[in-house]
Amino acid sequence: MKVIEVENLTKRFGSFTAVDNISFSVEKGEIFGFLGANGAGKTTAMRMLCGLLVPTSGKGVVAGYDIQHQSEKVKASIGYMSQKFALYEDLKVWENIRLYAGIYGVPEKETKERTDMLLAELGFEKEKESLVKSLPLGWRQKLAFSVSIFHNPEIVFLDEPTGGVDPVTRRQFWEMIYKASERGITVFVTTHYMDEAEYCNRVSIMVDGRIDALDSPSALRREFAAASMDEVFRHLARKSKNNGL
Amino acid sequence: MSQLTPNNTPDTPALSCRNISKSYGKVKALHDITFDVQQGEIFGVIGPDGAGKSTLFRILATLLLPDAGEATVEGFDVVKDYKKIRKIVGYMPGRFSLYQDLTVEENLRIFATLFNTTIEENYHLVKDIYSQIEPFKTRRAGALSGGMKQKLALSCALIHKPSILFLDEPTTGIDPVSRKELWEMLRNLKSQGITIIVSTPYMDEASLCDRIALIQNGSFLRIDTPDNIVKSFGKGLISVKGENMGELLKRLREIPGVISCFAFGDSHHVTAENSSNQLNSLTADTLAENLKKQGYTNLEVKNIEPGIEDCFMELTAK
Amino acid sequence: MREFRIFVQKEFFHIFRDRWTTLILLVLPVLMIILFGFGITTEIRNTKFAVYDPSRDAATQEIVNKLESSDYFTLDSYLSSPGDIEQLFKEGRVGFVIVFGEKFYQSMLHTGDAKIQLIADGTDPNTASILTNYATALINTYQQELFASQLIAEGGKRGITAETRLLYNPTLKSAYNIVPGIMGMILMLICAIMTSVSIAREKELGTMEVLLVSPMKPFLIILSKLVPYFTISIVNYITILLLSVFVLKVPIAGSLVLLTALSLLFIFVSLSFGILISSLVEKQIVALLISGMLLMMPAVFLSGLMFPVESMPQVLQWFSHILPVKWFIIAVRNVMIKGLGFSSIIKEVAILTGMGIIILMASIKKFKYRLE
Repeated sequence: MKVIEVENLTKRFGSFTAVDNISFSVEKGEIFGFLGANGAGKTTAMRMLCGLLVPTSGKGVVAGYDIQHQSEKVKASIGYMSQKFALYEDLKVWENIRLYAGIYGVPEKETKERTDMLLAELGFEKEKESLVKSLPLGWRQKLAFSVSIFHNPEIVFLDEPTGGVDPVTRRQFWEMIYKASERGITVFVTTHYMDEAEYCNRVSIMVDGRIDALDSPSALRREFAAASMDEVFRHLARKSKNNGL
Repeated sequence: MSQLTPNNTPDTPALSCRNISKSYGKVKALHDITFDVQQGEIFGVIGPDGAGKSTLFRILATLLLPDAGEATVEGFDVVKDYKKIRKIVGYMPGRFSLYQDLTVEENLRIFATLFNTTIEENYHLVKDIYSQIEPFKTRRAGALSGGMKQKLALSCALIHKPSILFLDEPTTGIDPVSRKELWEMLRNLKSQGITIIVSTPYMDEASLCDRIALIQNGSFLRIDTPDNIVKSFGKGLISVKGENMGELLKRLREIPGVISCFAFGDSHHVTAENSSNQLNSLTADTLAENLKKQGYTNLEVKNIEPGIEDCFMELTAK
Repeated sequence: MREFRIFVQKEFFHIFRDRWTTLILLVLPVLMIILFGFGITTEIRNTKFAVYDPSRDAATQEIVNKLESSDYFTLDSYLSSPGDIEQLFKEGRVGFVIVFGEKFYQSMLHTGDAKIQLIADGTDPNTASILTNYATALINTYQQELFASQLIAEGGKRGITAETRLLYNPTLKSAYNIVPGIMGMILMLICAIMTSVSIAREKELGTMEVLLVSPMKPFLIILSKLVPYFTISIVNYITILLLSVFVLKVPIAGSLVLLTALSLLFIFVSLSFGILISSLVEKQIVALLISGMLLMMPAVFLSGLMFPVESMPQVLQWFSHILPVKWFIIAVRNVMIKGLGFSSIIKEVAILTGMGIIILMASIKKFKYRLE
């Protein structure tokens, strides 16, 4: 079952084409890596998929809803987390959970039960009443991820979720992603860590607004005769004409 | 440059830090930091966000006062002689150090002017880097891509010919290709004799430095050359590849003799006791046998040299 | 110094490359003068009034005619009984009612206790008092006419309400009050608010810390930020004066040199205030809120644009004493509107100078040349 279906999606800002006619699909339960250099169009594409930006042309269906005409339904069916913003720092841990659960319509009784379960899973029981800003960064990111999937969305969008996080926590984070994927949640993630690209089922690489490669990491390594995803990426990104923007 | 230093011998460290500590309220940001940086070195401070890198850099750049300890930059004390230090260092806080609404060229001119020099006077210093963005010199800095912004920031930091450069996370948030380019430029600067102190959360960049300090939770875990740190790993490291990597990870953690197991891209890294006298010692071969018995096929199991990331994780393991 | 010039140029770039800033700094003052000068008047026109007149004689008729033919009042109706009055006010049909006593004309001529009651809607005390004053003025005019025609002898007792002078708007022309108020507001907006926001922006964006780690003296950095705003405030000062003289027809009654010197003093005080505020905050929005709330809002009230200063609550009047803009507006009124000389504004000049020095010293002391 396809959770994302994109056809000829394009976005232009004036004379500048940020996303240039991309087409791809993502299966349910997949971990899909969305890579590309800064300015390649990743953020713009993601915003369109989340229903935050209207495409110039083309079509996209996310979680069964059209991204242009049913954007509100798209937003209600997805989860989102980014490096820059995940939780409210001056609210307590449980307050953040309750807030997001409420936004996505999780019933109150269910929220209370599952909050305790979630905190136990993360090992955060003692931090229930702590303000988020007092938690170390790695804990915050793990918590933010759990909150983003609290309402069991069909798909969760992660925008560089592990930026700057220490190596151990980074891997723990990915183990959480695996668990979510096993639960049937599709994960759409962007990252600058090339080793994380290996953890994905399939990976796409955007260059100058187009998708220049899309396949499993092992297939891409074979295709480009590369020893690692890092090499694959460098091979493709170097071709970018738009070295200034 | 060197006329300003009181001790003018080539052996004087470019930077000297003794027992520097800093707290913000109850949070201890830096704890007893002690280290030296030699003239002309590239010294890396490697650690995740929140480890204290920016705080340390700000203290060394004379923007913050330490709660305890002393530090000197080119022989000048960071507290008492801050005005002298501010004349000779280049400081770039990485993420927001440019004027977004000024053009590339205007930014460079401002920074040259700030240090009583002109672009023309020191152009040769920044030529390698600046020439890559010069075609865009009339473009507003805010309209540049991340990699381009960092190149401009580096040019602006160098244009006044500093004797020592503080770069706080210059590669954060930048794609791998631009990161590599930036590091190549930094290595080229060595030939100019500029001492460079750079911080980064990316472990793979550590090997590009002459010496590094691994930092976590406000303390230095280790200070040495990357090679020495790798050599002092102290445990065996085995790389395992196979089918069903998710399952494999769980299975590996249950095997006796395995101290830890983490995913490392397309393989798993297993740390194990490597002394053959130990009861639970594990070699690549014995591990491979174990896995084959459990039914795993298509295995690639081999001993490997640790990288800085492996070392960092081992040092921070509880 | 070459470096200084380049930095001043940079500050001008920051201002003019941002559309909104340019708009606020150059277009807003012009708009404000025109809008407030022409558009808003504190005059009240064509208020509907009703009359209860049991006498129905020549005198009452004359008085009602006077009201009706003035711009301020429009006759709505004659009431049949006093009981109707309250209803009329409740319905909002009239803003004013005049009630005559019985046998008005005779009482006025012979016993001298002709009664008139003026009733105005008290929920807006300002409007009420203005209307009562207008009506009283008109009634007094009638009395004067009677003296002149010697129908009543002077010296006799009069039975009509005492005369009230309009204190804050003697000529009933609002533009005269607008100009000093707007001048104070604009100069403060540019010098205090914009300056503090500009410095706070450098802190917020992180470029300030890079500027600090350089040989450039911090005071030069700040000075380079002041120059563009100083220049723009001079431009606006000239614009405001030109507009008020030629468009609003409010002349400069006193010495232009004195007025300019006074304004320069105020600019100095406001710039110092801007620097002080910026040294206390880390974010632009906080700078904006503090300078906006602390400086701008009182200036709006004090300018008399909304309502007369005297009708402000005691606490606020007392608070306004510590704001430079209050003294500036008084001084400008004296020089520009009343045409008085330096001796009339000695007090204000002394206070402003004192404030300026104190604020400047405080801001120098508070200026952070490190991040903490």
